[in-house]
Amino acid sequence: MAAYHRPDTLQGALDVLAERPVTIAAGCTDLFPATQGRTLTGPVLDITGIAGLRGIKREEGGFRIGATTSWTDVIRAELPPAFDMLKQAAREVGSVQIQNSGTVAGNICNASPAADGMPCLAALDAEVEIASAKNTRTLPLLHFVNGPRRTALEPGELVTAITIPEKATRGTSRFLKLGARKYLVISIAMVAVRLDIEGGTVRDAGLAVGACSAVATRLTDLEATLAGQPSSGLSQHITDAAVAAALSPIDDIRADGPYRAHAAAELLRRAVDDLTQPARAAA
Amino acid sequence: MNRATATISLTVNGDPVTLPADPSRRLSEVLREGLGLRGTKVGCDAGDCGACTVLLDGAPVCACLTPLAQAGGRDVQTVEGLQATALQQAFLRHGAAQCGICTPGMLMTATAFLQERPEPTRAEAQEALGGVLCRCTGYTKIIDAVLDAAPGAPAQMPEAGHAVGARVERLDGGPKVAGTEIYGADACPEHTLLVRAVRAPSAPATFTLGDIETWRAAQPGEVHVFTASDIPGANIFGTIPPFADQPALAEDRARLRGEAVALVAGEAGVIEALDLTTFPITWQEADAGAPVHDNRPDNLLIAGVVRRGDAEAALANAVHVAEAQAETPYIEHAYIEPEAGVAWLEGDTLVIQACTQAPVMDRDDTARVLGLDPHKLRIIPAAAGGGFGSKLDLSLQPLIGLVALKTGRPARMIYTRAESMASTTKRHPARMSGRAGVDAEGRVTGMIFDGDFNTGAYASWGPTVAGRVPVHASGPYYTPNYAAEARAIHSYQPISGAFRGFGVPQAAILQEALYDDLAMKAGLDRLAFRRLNALQDGQSTVCGQVLHGVGIAACLDALKGPWEAALASADMANAEGGRFRHGVGVASCWYGCGNTGLPNPSTIRVGITAKGELILHQGATDIGQGSNTVITQICADALGLPVGQFRLIGPDTGLTPDCGKTSASRQTYVTGKAALLAGQALRGRILALSNMAEDARITLVGETLTVTDDRGERQVALRDLTPDGHGYVLAAEETYDPPTSPLDENGQGSPYAVYGFGAQMAELTVDVHLGIVRVTRITAAHDLGRVINPLLAEGQVEGGVAQGLGLALMEEYIPGRTENLHDYLIPTTGDMPEVKSIFVEVPDPEGPMGLKGLGEHVLIPTAPAILNAIRHATGAKVTKLPALPHRVLAAIREAQE
Repeated sequence: MAAYHRPDTLQGALDVLAERPVTIAAGCTDLFPATQGRTLTGPVLDITGIAGLRGIKREEGGFRIGATTSWTDVIRAELPPAFDMLKQAAREVGSVQIQNSGTVAGNICNASPAADGMPCLAALDAEVEIASAKNTRTLPLLHFVNGPRRTALEPGELVTAITIPEKATRGTSRFLKLGARKYLVISIAMVAVRLDIEGGTVRDAGLAVGACSAVATRLTDLEATLAGQPSSGLSQHITDAAVAAALSPIDDIRADGPYRAHAAAELLRRAVDDLTQPARAAA
Repeated sequence: MNRATATISLTVNGDPVTLPADPSRRLSEVLREGLGLRGTKVGCDAGDCGACTVLLDGAPVCACLTPLAQAGGRDVQTVEGLQATALQQAFLRHGAAQCGICTPGMLMTATAFLQERPEPTRAEAQEALGGVLCRCTGYTKIIDAVLDAAPGAPAQMPEAGHAVGARVERLDGGPKVAGTEIYGADACPEHTLLVRAVRAPSAPATFTLGDIETWRAAQPGEVHVFTASDIPGANIFGTIPPFADQPALAEDRARLRGEAVALVAGEAGVIEALDLTTFPITWQEADAGAPVHDNRPDNLLIAGVVRRGDAEAALANAVHVAEAQAETPYIEHAYIEPEAGVAWLEGDTLVIQACTQAPVMDRDDTARVLGLDPHKLRIIPAAAGGGFGSKLDLSLQPLIGLVALKTGRPARMIYTRAESMASTTKRHPARMSGRAGVDAEGRVTGMIFDGDFNTGAYASWGPTVAGRVPVHASGPYYTPNYAAEARAIHSYQPISGAFRGFGVPQAAILQEALYDDLAMKAGLDRLAFRRLNALQDGQSTVCGQVLHGVGIAACLDALKGPWEAALASADMANAEGGRFRHGVGVASCWYGCGNTGLPNPSTIRVGITAKGELILHQGATDIGQGSNTVITQICADALGLPVGQFRLIGPDTGLTPDCGKTSASRQTYVTGKAALLAGQALRGRILALSNMAEDARITLVGETLTVTDDRGERQVALRDLTPDGHGYVLAAEETYDPPTSPLDENGQGSPYAVYGFGAQMAELTVDVHLGIVRVTRITAAHDLGRVINPLLAEGQVEGGVAQGLGLALMEEYIPGRTENLHDYLIPTTGDMPEVKSIFVEVPDPEGPMGLKGLGEHVLIPTAPAILNAIRHATGAKVTKLPALPHRVLAAIREAQE
């Protein structure tokens, strides 16, 4: 039987990590599907016993989403409207069962190109807080996830939290996911949009697309285009060409690449419309 | 703090338990194998199906994704902890459990949900249950039950003579909602060996076995290994004996990825831990261009042909001619229960309790492989957690049988989801083309159909598909000139076999596309066009068979009101513009019940013991469709005793006469007719014994039969009568075989004695900027001849519609790529439209009480109705299924050009 460590302090976890390679486990909603076995593979460090790692806290300079915070925790947390997109994504992660077990941090550590949390967290300027027995460091989300199924996590390191800076928590937000069925579905394309509008003018915009590149993509050029524009008619600035230029979608069993790029642009326009024309969104 | 080896304590259904178990073990395994709580089902081991849902501190989680360590110190609730709750009763009342394999997961999820939202909306209930897949019900009745979970009055069983037509709850429903039903994976006698298969990683490939003894010796525990050379009988099987071509274990080459080549067996802990990639076998890629079977040099298994009149001449003279192509992919049955079973020896008899739809065929084919006299093999069908055709074929029966025979110990095998999907049968991928023509009045004058059906590596039911398709490809329409050919063609790919409709659903997609074209060209309303061409009583089919009791016109007439309302409402919505376009489509079905021109008898025995027990030997395998209930209803009314008084035995090849296989929509008709005859015969015996009139009333109380007519009352003391060889003092056994005739070289003859008919209408919206289709309503009119049980019939319709919707919009099995339930998509609660069932009763002269089959019919019209509605909404002709968003959008753009 392989070793199974379930410490109740962060220090305990870091001590295990410092000793030898282990599989870090939290919700296990990605780890178990990766094996046909009856048990998890290899020595395991289960971090769900560490009480301090769970939950969302407002703190100096922004918000902190602890590493074992589940999607259900996100849905139930009281958060400003800039997080609405993250809550909307949370409700579309797998199913209620998956939301109860799966964690936000696990979603990014699994580094799937179709991770539901990625575009929202990217549009929230999320940073990843990493600890090892030696030190702690922080990386921007899109540096942390640096390829399909690849992260910048080094041996001996553990993600302890995802942090959202204060300036990204302003405005309203919307997440849209497109799949071939309603629930339990891997995205064909998904978008997250955060708009900070003041006096009818866009002060700040965060736009991100998932499942259309190896890693979720922040559309910085398009954001720059939108900034300073009047909110009315805003979506007309989002062209298929501008969106496609930022993405590298692939053909797979769910859709072809050109469709994905088009769908991303269409979903971005709809998300922006939902945020700038609330009456229409309700209709 | 580190609990590497310590015991783990938790509470399960209120009881504290302490387990010396591996903390990283799946909770589902601990519950099932460690604690024997096998009500928690495992469908995928990946969180994709939700069957294993349990409540962890009240919150639903997938037990398969929960390491035992995380349940430590917490409260786990499983279905065994539910004690006849109002929700369970609602599941029975609404017919929410069909095969029942998803029921525990549904119940647990809904229990937690209702705790939080006692009075939910339908949408909320759908979202809450979105994580539990069901392949049988189409979810409608499950959601109905969740919304009606208030305590209700106990179910009333109908009185004597009133069973047929009543909404009788499933007679076998209790164990399904209690979680006590025994499926293939749920029986595990003591000292059972676990069996796993070594499978081909790709195909075609040849292989040589290496040094098995050395490998065996290197394993950490005792491992038995069996290969083809250990098979005592003929290493060949197949559902249709003349075409049998499949080895139980491959001998020197693999024809499909996932083919079994060797078995390992031993103690569960040892076998589970084996790394089968180290098994000593050398694979060599083989020539993919070589024929799959040496005796079929062109890879042609068989071609089916039906020809009547002169189709080419009819098309040449037609006023309008339409032409169409269509392509459909492999479709996976995706029952939630992967194949599983256990075999053991009782004296010199081998007993196999496994999932199946065809116990007697299993017995005969397995006996041949194992070199046994069929009478030394007993098949006890486990409850089937869904079948839909695939469990007609042998899967693990010869494998566990071999291990049990060779070791003398019980042997058990449970397929993983991936091996179930890779190694068992699929719906045939089809490439079809066709033409059809009409005269000036819009009457169809001729049709030509041509189809290649990829039958995969082995014959399975390929001949049946090739035979059924040309018989049915005309649809239920009068087609005086007709030429249809369907070819079953081998490939080094998954075996295509039986799947609800045997190729007819694919053919209907092409034919109904042609019919929409013809209606438009002829300037006729699409429903009216179909009504004009609907087969009438006394007309000939394309096989030259003159039919009576034809209900297609009645079904189309039943849709007239809904059709006109739907068209008006779509027009109104479309007038507003916007990105959503609304469409309405219609399609029909017909389907012959039973084997095509071949005998397929059923035998039913019913008896009364000296103690007054009324027992029905019911050998029709109930895979969720309801045979246990409807066969009993028919027998009850034929006999004249209340349905609630029956006790059922079987199916079990040791205890029940042969009722054939559960396929071809034959059980309610064929076994139902045997049950009718047996019930009537037993009634006749009772009346003769008591010398009472035909219309006498019979009651059975204690050990006394009382027979009453207007002349008086007679009593029969059962214990005074002599029991027969089966232990019955009064009994009857009757056999029924449909009167059919084989087809001649032009496909002319009477292939089926009874046909069922139906027509469905789809209403949907298409998001024209994204190609997303949302089906909002299916109105399904089906001619059942006589409705035996409306509750169960609705369940068949709703479930068939769900599978048809999946076929139309999302399902595509790609070998090696979609061997799981997150890449292979089937509909969830949120994908289902409202389903309105309309039952039409045009009695069939041959069917018992006039009834006709229904099980497969319901799936056939759904996909073509949806595709026709997409075209109506947008002009888009989607010819390659499934109609995924990118394909729909491409078709919309093509239509706009």
